[in-house]
Amino acid sequence: MTLRPLRPAERPRPLGEALLQILPGVIIEGLLLGCVYAMIALGYSMVYGVLGLINFAHSEVFMIGAIAGAEVFRYGQPAAPNTFVLLAAAILVGGSVAGLVAVGIERLAYRPLRRRTSNRLVPLITAIGVSFFLQDLVRLIEGLWHNEFYLNYPSCTPIEHPVKLPLGTEVQVKAIIVIAVAMLMMIGLTLLVKRTRMGKAIRAVAHDAQTASLMGVNPDQVISRTFLLGGFLGGVAGVLFGIMFTQVNPFVGFVPGLKAFTAAVLGGIGSIPGAMVGGLVLGMIETVGGTYLPLFTNGAVGSEYTDILAFAVLVLLLLVRPQGLMGKASSDRA
Amino acid sequence: MNVSKMLPLLAAGIVALQFTSDAQTIKIASACPLSGAQAALGEMVKLGAQLAVEEAQSAFAAHGIKLELTPQDDQASPDVGVAVAKRMVNDAEILGVVGHFNSGVAIPASEVYKDYDLCMVSPANTNPKVTERRYPNINRVCGRDDVQGPVGAEFAVTELKAKRVLVINDKTAYGQGVAEAFKQKAAGLGATVVGFVGTEEKANFQSLILQMKVHKPDFVYFGGIYDQGGLLLKQMREKSIPAVFMGPDGMDSSEFVRIAQNAALGAYYTTVAGPVDQYPAAAEFAKSFEAKFTKKPESFALYAYDSANVLIAALKELTLQNPGQTPARVDVCKAVRKISFPGITGLIEFNDKGDRKKADYYIVQLKESAYPGTTVKVISAGPPGN
Amino acid sequence: MNERRNSAILLAAGVLSAALLMLHPHGTLSLLPVLAVMAACLTAKASRWVQGVVLAGILVVAVPMAGIQNSFLFELGTQIGIYAALALGLNIVVGMAGLLDLGYAGFFGLGAYTWAIFGSPQANELLAGNHFPLAGWPYFYLFVVLAVMVAALTGVLIGLPALRLRGDYLAVVTLGLGQVVRLLANNLDHPLNITNGPQGISPIERPPIGWLTHGLDTLGIHVPPVLGYSIFFYFLVLAIAGAVVLISTRLDRSRFGRAWVAIREDEMAAQSVGISVIKAKVLAFATGAAFSGAMGAVFAAKQLFVSPDSFTFLQSITILVMVLLGGMGSIRGAILGAAAVTLLNIEILKNLSDSLNSLRQSGFVLDLGFLRYDFASIPSQLEPAKYERMIFGLIIVLMMIFRPSGLIPEQRHRLELEGKE
Repeated sequence: MTLRPLRPAERPRPLGEALLQILPGVIIEGLLLGCVYAMIALGYSMVYGVLGLINFAHSEVFMIGAIAGAEVFRYGQPAAPNTFVLLAAAILVGGSVAGLVAVGIERLAYRPLRRRTSNRLVPLITAIGVSFFLQDLVRLIEGLWHNEFYLNYPSCTPIEHPVKLPLGTEVQVKAIIVIAVAMLMMIGLTLLVKRTRMGKAIRAVAHDAQTASLMGVNPDQVISRTFLLGGFLGGVAGVLFGIMFTQVNPFVGFVPGLKAFTAAVLGGIGSIPGAMVGGLVLGMIETVGGTYLPLFTNGAVGSEYTDILAFAVLVLLLLVRPQGLMGKASSDRA
Repeated sequence: MNVSKMLPLLAAGIVALQFTSDAQTIKIASACPLSGAQAALGEMVKLGAQLAVEEAQSAFAAHGIKLELTPQDDQASPDVGVAVAKRMVNDAEILGVVGHFNSGVAIPASEVYKDYDLCMVSPANTNPKVTERRYPNINRVCGRDDVQGPVGAEFAVTELKAKRVLVINDKTAYGQGVAEAFKQKAAGLGATVVGFVGTEEKANFQSLILQMKVHKPDFVYFGGIYDQGGLLLKQMREKSIPAVFMGPDGMDSSEFVRIAQNAALGAYYTTVAGPVDQYPAAAEFAKSFEAKFTKKPESFALYAYDSANVLIAALKELTLQNPGQTPARVDVCKAVRKISFPGITGLIEFNDKGDRKKADYYIVQLKESAYPGTTVKVISAGPPGN
Repeated sequence: MNERRNSAILLAAGVLSAALLMLHPHGTLSLLPVLAVMAACLTAKASRWVQGVVLAGILVVAVPMAGIQNSFLFELGTQIGIYAALALGLNIVVGMAGLLDLGYAGFFGLGAYTWAIFGSPQANELLAGNHFPLAGWPYFYLFVVLAVMVAALTGVLIGLPALRLRGDYLAVVTLGLGQVVRLLANNLDHPLNITNGPQGISPIERPPIGWLTHGLDTLGIHVPPVLGYSIFFYFLVLAIAGAVVLISTRLDRSRFGRAWVAIREDEMAAQSVGISVIKAKVLAFATGAAFSGAMGAVFAAKQLFVSPDSFTFLQSITILVMVLLGGMGSIRGAILGAAAVTLLNIEILKNLSDSLNSLRQSGFVLDLGFLRYDFASIPSQLEPAKYERMIFGLIIVLMMIFRPSGLIPEQRHRLELEGKE
């Protein structure tokens, strides 16, 4: 048994040409990853805007969305063979479940705290506790339900089909779907926050909760809705993540959560466009760095240094522009 | 806190101390991550050991001994691992440990076992360092990175004629160790190693795949575990990278196929665990495992089952020699070292380091995308320097 | 009057619980009364003198005596000591100065690698000749000092630019720093092998302790040879933790302590009354880092092995939980928080799952007439050992909801609140 000889197209080409040739692919992958980060980052940023809280449990909200989406595929695939209908259902269900869980977390864990203490670190620790709890709770539920907790997004040929783009690149249909859904969601959110009464109330509470409540805004309700919105986006991001990378488990939220949080800060935490830009920038840095670092240094500095690169960019940026890319140079709100 | 609140506690403590059991109990511990990201892998170790212990319980009960498994969660952390080890050495009923899962945990924990002569039989620690210290109580049933890697490399270069090899590792002690050994052997045999990259990424392997588009490898070796390996392979095939894929025994799992789905077709892995098609005992094991836990066993479950059975065989021998007496830990270590036990991963005999004298390494190919694959080659190899 | 009564009870309970522990050194149940007494020492209103005597008696006499029969007690004591020192260091940064640090374990790692590299053959990879490991008595202690300096210096270097950022941005930068330390440790095996990457470094030298065993022998205390290092590290950690408590207390009451609290409460106001904000912040950061560095070096020697797995984000978070659980800014609180979390993690939850597991294997059948449940039939998904972290998370949440200011709220806060009412 031997390997078949390489076809001409597969034969190694001069390095420079090859480096250039993968560039469109690198940009698309960076965009994809960036979209997922951006959607998670929105959840961090919005909650931070209204509560000033780093909601560490948000990574678990993302995870729950991803798991719920996987369940839709598991039960839906035999029943509804049309992949695109199934996809829409998974996105809706994943987002809704995640949104409701986020509201539940707020109601059960954060709201009682707001009435008892003004210390902003106490909710942070609570969030960490919630995060531990949810990870193992989901594992327990999935373990009892299916006797496994690594869940697959099944292969669906129609969305994995490659599409030819100019410049000789290929993308999969699902990549286009992910980018489109993410863009739609983000545009929708921006309109919601800018144009509707609810959005106005959210902005009012973020600006000054006390004054807003004097003006007849119910802060508790606004906070609940913020969690619902942020959770919904996080859950959808989870489903998109599952579609792209095809496997999820109860511990899948941690790394993207950490990255998205970094992205939120990079863009200027509390700012909605900032979270989107931050996410896209971070996704791009990661993909470009991860691909080209080892190629340019001939393997001496490998992909594993990407995270260091990302944090270095963040620190440098914050030193030059402490409010993040899109954040307003605000007065003292430390 | 009111001082008087603690008086009931004190009283409760005194009362509770009166309850002690007097039946003779022997415990075997399993030590592996049961929570956190590696829980699925650790659970296989625990379940394998559990099956072995539960099968042996009635034989021990006939001699009036209660045999128990005490599963411990080391959280894949060296600190917790050492704490667990110190807890266990102070429980006189624990006479053997099946564990740990991570070499990074096993190395510091085994320093503790050594001081207390507690016998450890490892189902998963393939790092050479684990046995190179020549402790009389540390043994392993699994292979060594510095044998398994080269076995794979030799097959890749001489039989599959791999020319341009890309070696990837998961930046753990296991994955990096076996990948490094593979790389050296492959380079030594004349293949071009186009890259040696590490990744801690669990889901998104696109940067690696884009690099493959530049390097154009005809062979990709992934040193790591199936949860990453399966996904990497799946994403490679989605992006139409044609390179042949191979991994170490971390890929020896039905999960690998479940994750990679159709992409698993044609992939290779090396393993020490006897494939079910060659060992009737292994088939038997797979059947009772599935009946009991309603899931398929993975290689770590096989190794753990053998590890526990090695300990059980040693304990049986000792309790028969001196009925009614709990065996001393030193004697357990000695008995395990001398053992000759037909396990489901072949005949288990340990050398003076605690490595298996001779182990069969199987090169398995997934000729259909179904687990387990077909054995394409069996290479019998002992530990280096023997 | 109340205080005198409390003191008497404390003393009596201390003696009783210590005696109980020494008579029954095995098992959590004899440990609980001692823990309760120590917790009471930290919280109850009683004579300081009695509190000190009871604590010292338990830590220096009762625990070691019991530990000779159950060496797990030394491990427990040592780990609590290490985490107490770490929590105290972080308490200065987060609790006193109000700077949220999410990468504190990074400094711990720096300290650990400082000794690990030179106390093992690893340094031969970097420097020509075969001078390593550095064995012999002065080296280890020198490197503990060196680790303190390395960590503190890194703290200053990172702090100078980073501490100009507002609170939550600082959190991210420190988070990044913590990650970078771990990533570097995991990746610096090439191009130049400094840390040996994921393989970790071992074996790491320990200082010779002939003097200790010899000394104990002449005192008529014969300990098994395997316990030598357990005892050594227990007392070393106890001594360092003691020093850390002392330094923390002095700093808390000093000009700097007041400056930190002022910055925490209102940075603008602090600046306007002439406090050099950056200087005070950097000092807090460096002091915290220094404590962590010292314990890192001790940790490396105790474990004999160091790998990047010990310095994760989770580790940083665990230490933060200790500080907040105990009560931000409170020195006694940080100690209590460290003890509570460590005990929960490596003793109480483990014990709980062990007992539940025994129950399952004992063939126990719950029979209430109408309800019969065979414990042997519990599915393996419900294995208690798997859910220790879930229970840990639940405890944190409940604790925060019902006692948000921590187990022992900071003295200053308490004074303020009592003054107002």
